[in-house]
Amino acid sequence: MDSSIFLLLAQDALTNGAIYILLAMATILIFGVTRITFLPQGEFVSYGALTLATLQMGKVPGTVWLVLVLGVVAAIMEAFRLQRAGLSREIPVAVVKTLIPPLVVSGIGYVCAPLNLNLGLQVLLTIMIVTMLGPLVYRVAFRPIADASILNLLIAAVAVHFALVGLGLLFFGAEGVRTPAFSEAQINLGVLTITGQSIWIYVTSIAFIGLLAYFFGRTMYGKALRAVAFNRNGARLVGISPSLAGTLAFALAALIGCLSGILIGPITTIYYDSGFLIGLKGFVSAIVGGMASYPLAAGGALLVGFSESFSSFWLSAYKDVVVFTMIIPVLLWLSLRSVHFEEEE
Amino acid sequence: MKTIRLLVGMLTIVFSATMAMADITIGVNLSTTGPAASLGIPEKNALSFAPKTIAGQNVKFVVYDDASDTTNAVQNVKRLVSENQVDLILGPSTTPTSLAVIDVAAGAKTPMLAVASASAIVKPMDAKRKWIFKVTANDDIYATAMVDHMVKKGVKTVAVIAVDDPYGEANTKEYMTLAQKHGIKTLMVEKFKRTDTSATAQVLKIMGKKPDAVFIAAIGTPSAMPHLALVERGYKGKIYQSGAAANSEFLKVGGKAVEGAFMPASPVLVAEQLPKGYPTRDEALKFAKAYEGKFGPRSTFASHIWDAFRVLEVAIPKALKAGKPGTPQFREALRTAIENTKGIKGAGAVFNLSATDHSGVNQLGMSVIKIENGKWALEDHTKF
Repeated sequence: MDSSIFLLLAQDALTNGAIYILLAMATILIFGVTRITFLPQGEFVSYGALTLATLQMGKVPGTVWLVLVLGVVAAIMEAFRLQRAGLSREIPVAVVKTLIPPLVVSGIGYVCAPLNLNLGLQVLLTIMIVTMLGPLVYRVAFRPIADASILNLLIAAVAVHFALVGLGLLFFGAEGVRTPAFSEAQINLGVLTITGQSIWIYVTSIAFIGLLAYFFGRTMYGKALRAVAFNRNGARLVGISPSLAGTLAFALAALIGCLSGILIGPITTIYYDSGFLIGLKGFVSAIVGGMASYPLAAGGALLVGFSESFSSFWLSAYKDVVVFTMIIPVLLWLSLRSVHFEEEE
Repeated sequence: MKTIRLLVGMLTIVFSATMAMADITIGVNLSTTGPAASLGIPEKNALSFAPKTIAGQNVKFVVYDDASDTTNAVQNVKRLVSENQVDLILGPSTTPTSLAVIDVAAGAKTPMLAVASASAIVKPMDAKRKWIFKVTANDDIYATAMVDHMVKKGVKTVAVIAVDDPYGEANTKEYMTLAQKHGIKTLMVEKFKRTDTSATAQVLKIMGKKPDAVFIAAIGTPSAMPHLALVERGYKGKIYQSGAAANSEFLKVGGKAVEGAFMPASPVLVAEQLPKGYPTRDEALKFAKAYEGKFGPRSTFASHIWDAFRVLEVAIPKALKAGKPGTPQFREALRTAIENTKGIKGAGAVFNLSATDHSGVNQLGMSVIKIENGKWALEDHTKF
């Protein structure tokens, strides 16, 4: 291996690592706020890329219908919940409130899809549709069992993963897609060719980390999320609704996933089931961060990116083995230090 | 609860009533979901071209999806032979699922017509494989077409990058055996995963060795990623794709980067360009017209199912003389009839089966294709 190959591999590692950072942040966010080990995080990645690709073809993506159906299901569940709680009079308002956002989003999606908008607007449309899925998935699959044990929540997450992958196949078909690059620009630095797309990835990752830091550090909603992550009951006592926090966390996670998908869509082929492996690598990064520390997880994401890139070079057949084996020493180290990041059950 | 039970009960009655009729029942097991869905979906599409009746008998289909999983495939085929008592199994779609169900099909003495590619499904011939057939070309037919072309083009050194699954494995092995015979040196075999986000590292390693050609062994769109990475890094040699890469989505994802690539593939793809009189030309055009009128760009996977029906249309009337559908006599006779298929012209191949060759596809079922202007162009075909 000479220095030019090293540089090229490192560049590859950084590009992938930047995506894993984003996904690791989403995973930690959801785990902190809702205690859900959200394995389907990667599905938002593939939904993002595939929804954009479908819009590019001027077709209505299946995710539009998914938003609509989940919205209706959520409204029905809301009505049942209120009726059971003896609050029948509140049902009409609650149903309308639950229905309006998904109706609006799927309506806009349906109307705008065949218009062949420019790339920027299509990206916005994609973000809107896929981000809407986050809160809906939370409302339908997780909120009814929000107080279950971590294990039960994990099992529900696995079920959601399978459901979303299956729906992905139904919506988008079995073959992969590539979306057009945001910019065709190329910068040549010696042996390195830095594409406009990878600059987009770096910039978006850094900007998003900054935004999240601002959100959690400075804004009321961000602080509320942190409070819930820190102590659910305490947060409830001071008037923070855990379900609102969960909804917000899922919306953010879906946004992050969708954005990652749109960013890597042009540099790799995305399949309906690509998301799982990508999400899993984000998850490994999150574990390196003890499912709690954002900076450590970012370090973990880069570690995953680098070990993936370099093991592909030396041992391409065992690449994923190398990446996933990394969890073992990390878990060992974490448990030896015996610091419990998880809240007490 | 009561209504649900009633409903289930009614459904069961309706279901068993349809089962009781003495039609020809064909059990289909395909991978319409999971990683191999890109094979299974066009195959399932092609089922819509099934003949409604053969020799005056109604043909019924029971279709299961194995989700590209061997355990599911075994369960499905067990259900097909025990519950549905099918006369023939059509499928499975992939090599691993096909290999997994051989025991079940042979155990139930039910003939099976696989649409997967590996030679291992029908070779070496033994008591079990007596019941197993396939309508696809064996690996060595593909490899022969490709290696012959490499020799013609003066390729001396080759690097292989294969998808990390049984298809990549089997294809690499078959290619390497033939390449060695023809004095082509294989420099290295790199692996990648279907859902990987990057193949840059493998490509860098390959380019360090400067091979005359790179052979990419993968199915469908995944084949595009290493190809794009090679072109992006400025690789100037020849790039060969495997036959299974040849679908329209691959062209779409690959775009300009895959121009000029070669692949051994079924002549179905270039039916219009085949010289008049090529044995499979007419049937291939017929298939292409039917499929493209209904489902979009033609697929070689779909053509396998189409060809299976051509074989069955001839074999079933012969078998009907020996017994009624649903009986062991009929299944035994059907097996013998399929084994004696001679000179049937399908869309993808001419089928000449024998007791030792249960694929029956010869080199006529293979051509070399070049990608030109985002379309398949016939580069070389077998003499006929």
